[in-house]
Amino acid sequence: MSKPSRDWLKGVLSAYDTIVIGSGLAGMTSANLLAKMGHKVLLAEHHYNMGGLATWFKRKGGHIMDISLHGFPCGMIKTLRKYWNQDISKRVIQLKNIRFDNPQFSINTTFDKIDFTHILRERFGILKEVIDEFFVTARAMNFYDDLVMTTRDLFEKFFPGRTDVWRFLMEPITYANGSTLDDPALTYGIVFSNFMDKGVFTYQGGTDHLIKEMKKELLRNGVDIRTHCMVEKIYVEDKTVQGVRINGQDIVCKSVLSNSNLLTTIEQLTGEEHFDPEFIKEVKKVRLNNSSCQVYMGIKRGETVPHVGDLLFSSVADEYCTDKILSKDVTSRTFSFYYPEIRPGTNRYSIVSSTNARYQDWANLSEPQYKKDKHDLEQSTLDALEKYVPDIRRKVDHVEASTPKTFKRYTLHPSGTSFGTKFEGLKISRDLPKQINGLFHAGSVGIIMSGWLGAANYGVIVANETDKFLRQLSPSLVTASA
Amino acid sequence: MTMEDVRQIILSILADIAPDEDISSIDDNTKLRDQIDLDSMDFLDIVMELRKRFNIEVPEKDYEHLATLAGCVSYLTPLLKDRQLAS
Repeated sequence: MSKPSRDWLKGVLSAYDTIVIGSGLAGMTSANLLAKMGHKVLLAEHHYNMGGLATWFKRKGGHIMDISLHGFPCGMIKTLRKYWNQDISKRVIQLKNIRFDNPQFSINTTFDKIDFTHILRERFGILKEVIDEFFVTARAMNFYDDLVMTTRDLFEKFFPGRTDVWRFLMEPITYANGSTLDDPALTYGIVFSNFMDKGVFTYQGGTDHLIKEMKKELLRNGVDIRTHCMVEKIYVEDKTVQGVRINGQDIVCKSVLSNSNLLTTIEQLTGEEHFDPEFIKEVKKVRLNNSSCQVYMGIKRGETVPHVGDLLFSSVADEYCTDKILSKDVTSRTFSFYYPEIRPGTNRYSIVSSTNARYQDWANLSEPQYKKDKHDLEQSTLDALEKYVPDIRRKVDHVEASTPKTFKRYTLHPSGTSFGTKFEGLKISRDLPKQINGLFHAGSVGIIMSGWLGAANYGVIVANETDKFLRQLSPSLVTASA
Repeated sequence: MTMEDVRQIILSILADIAPDEDISSIDDNTKLRDQIDLDSMDFLDIVMELRKRFNIEVPEKDYEHLATLAGCVSYLTPLLKDRQLAS
């Protein structure tokens, strides 16, 4: 933590056009865009690192652990090029060996439409016409669609009773955005289609390199970046944003773009009293998404790991089942293997195991129990990994686990949610500016605006709204009408 | 600004958004989406760029007018006719 003597706000201006709260990918992308559009932007981050969940940590022995660099859709290349810069976008590389291993099947795939079509035909015996129609249906979904159909309905329609096919189609998306069979089908269709476009991609250089490059770009565009700066309050008068309080200091601004959790933004930072009671009723219905546990394994210097896959969806559960995936009694794990190609020149390997998890399973344990459960999680993960990397215990020299409590501590998200809110959060997020002039939110809401690509693109969409708002404050804006 | 000026502006915005596409071969009356790889984020970029360059706000309900190059030109020319091209 910061020393109390240091003034992290030294030299700050008395007023800004926009104050962005939080430097997740949505917050950083919107800050960058707004600065490029000519606005005066302050980016406030409570942590010492930027990136939100797009983050990493270092440990003795030269280990660097990536938290969420598991893989993103091809669209990220375009997003990085357009809203960041060419050099950043050129570092995106494809992960070609996506692997499934569970009691129902063991499959390697490039995770794109051509390969999936082939596998669904040859391996699962699905008719070509059905596969094609499924892809067309998933691709055609957009977020104006009705929400009645769930992903379960969608699968039941195309692949009735084929729980093996459901697992093949669903498991990766559950890990990508926390969605379940009971979420609206479109939250599945959009994300699945994004990946199926061309496969799974990652960033060469690692998360640390990406965030460092993004920071440079933000500074080049004139964003005032302040780490160790906690936004404590958003000031509102007459339904209009007036400013914020950061580390006890008041700063005036015309607009706030919060990349803090949606519910935190409304209930804690702003205060329910500033919103219509009807709106707050809807806010109360917004469900948080689940959280995660991770186990980070650093491989000794000089040791190697065979190429067993880039992403490995492993499970010992009989069938895909949301409850089992969330259960503390872990049966499903996604292993992200980080080979030396990720950080060329370092010749180092690390492996990160991710499991979806519930906050309440971890929040109320006694300290000794919490420590023991974390230790057990580390050990059972090593046991599970032994199947794919024999002798893993000899190769590894750093093992560490994180839980929903860890996620909460670093992101400040309620219940440590690692995928924001469920789908109903999107409408609330979009409607914030109708409640309070100059108040905007961008961050993981509703599953489709989640993940690296979703978060960055949602940052762009909301930056556009913020820019429109700021320009309307000056009378020169001409609104076209045909 | 003439219709041709407006056309050139749209093409230059498209060239920035889709640098890998052959902008010169775009047909004015065919949907842009059917000719070059544009998604909804790209259309948002066009709207943001128009606001940045000319202080013009295109309301969401009017996005349909931007579907073809000819549509863009006829929609935007009346709004830009009194403007000078930036040197």
